[in-house]
Amino acid sequence: MDINATLIGELVAFIVFVWFCMKFVWPPLNGAIEARQKKIEDGLAASDKAEKDLELARQKAADQLKEAKAQAAEIIDQAKKRATQIVDEETSRGHEERENIIAQGHSEIEAERNRAKEELRKQVASLAVIGAEKILEREINEAAHGDIVEKLVAEL
Amino acid sequence: MAAEQSLQGYIQHHLTNAKMCSTDSGIAFNKACSEAGFWAWNIDTLAWSIGLGLVFLWIFKGAANKATTGVPGKWQCFIEMVVEFVDSNVKDTFHGKSRLIAPLALTIFVWVFLMNLMDLIPVDFLPALAGQVGVLSGAVESSHDVYMKIVPTTDINLTLALGLGVFALIVFYSIKVKGVMGFIKELTLHPFSSNNMLVQILFIPVNFLLEFVTLIAKPISLALRLFGNLYAGELIFILIAAIGLFQLPLHFVWAVFHILVIVLQAFIFMMLTIVYLSMASTDSH
Repeated sequence: MDINATLIGELVAFIVFVWFCMKFVWPPLNGAIEARQKKIEDGLAASDKAEKDLELARQKAADQLKEAKAQAAEIIDQAKKRATQIVDEETSRGHEERENIIAQGHSEIEAERNRAKEELRKQVASLAVIGAEKILEREINEAAHGDIVEKLVAEL
Repeated sequence: MAAEQSLQGYIQHHLTNAKMCSTDSGIAFNKACSEAGFWAWNIDTLAWSIGLGLVFLWIFKGAANKATTGVPGKWQCFIEMVVEFVDSNVKDTFHGKSRLIAPLALTIFVWVFLMNLMDLIPVDFLPALAGQVGVLSGAVESSHDVYMKIVPTTDINLTLALGLGVFALIVFYSIKVKGVMGFIKELTLHPFSSNNMLVQILFIPVNFLLEFVTLIAKPISLALRLFGNLYAGELIFILIAAIGLFQLPLHFVWAVFHILVIVLQAFIFMMLTIVYLSMASTDSH
């Protein structure tokens, strides 16, 4: 176990090994590890981000759906209102028309009746005159007693 | 355990490195190198450690080449687990920016672990195989003449080389972060300091002695801790192997325990390296 020149040989070998390891072994191995770590880190970050994005998109979709539903409800409401309005309008218009028609009918009937009355009155007057003539025979002058007959006719 | 060997010889054989040196008459091996002094090479330590270092680089470079940033395969996952483990330890302890610390820690951890792992191969397998090869190839007369220590971390030369490598980096980072003067100040003005100039000058040698020992203790303790643990573990494997047939349950128990030791020692070496370099590159005082 005495110390001899082997010491020098081993020292040289040691230096060469360390140099080789530093130059050609360590950098690619450590580089690969670090690159992979970076990759995994990036991947995890990306997946986190994607998850967040998904959540956001989901929320957005839900919001939009809600909005659309509200809008649809509003439209339906409006349509219903409009429908009632139209129905009301039509009904009132119908009513009006009916009233008009009825009123027209009434007035026509009134006019007809008036005319008939007038006719009737005239006939009754002439009948009365004829009757009175027959009762009074010749004594009564139609012209002289016209105003009495008129009075009579008006009282009918 | 070869029958013709004594127990002492057997243990001695297992604890001796295969040596190579150049002598006047050309390249010599083993016992012929006992006079070589410093300029002898432990060829088994060198071969196994460099071989295992290449295995480490080959495995990790292969994974790095096929590394994908997409879904990783199982093999890539395993490699990335080791890388990530080292990286998190470095990041927890070393609060600076350095392209060197993490690869350094990875190299130390895996390389030391692989070298320690050789301890789990039964102690006689590879030395006996090497001995047979030596005899069959006619290079030696007896298999006992072939030495082979297959666990490089049981060689103080290797652990000390690692320690010195770390030591050089400690000095380098200290000077890089604090400057030469800052480094010298750190060694001389602490732990004792005074506002009185004269007293301060008196303190400097004391401070330097303390701080220098602290500094030197770092690589030495790194080297000796790893060496001591693995050497002792290996020695116990050898002793267990020496008791004959009944070694099997004991061997199993010790090997299971040793699984913990080899990982722990590799981890401790890595961790302390990071801590020392972290201390060197921060202004603690």
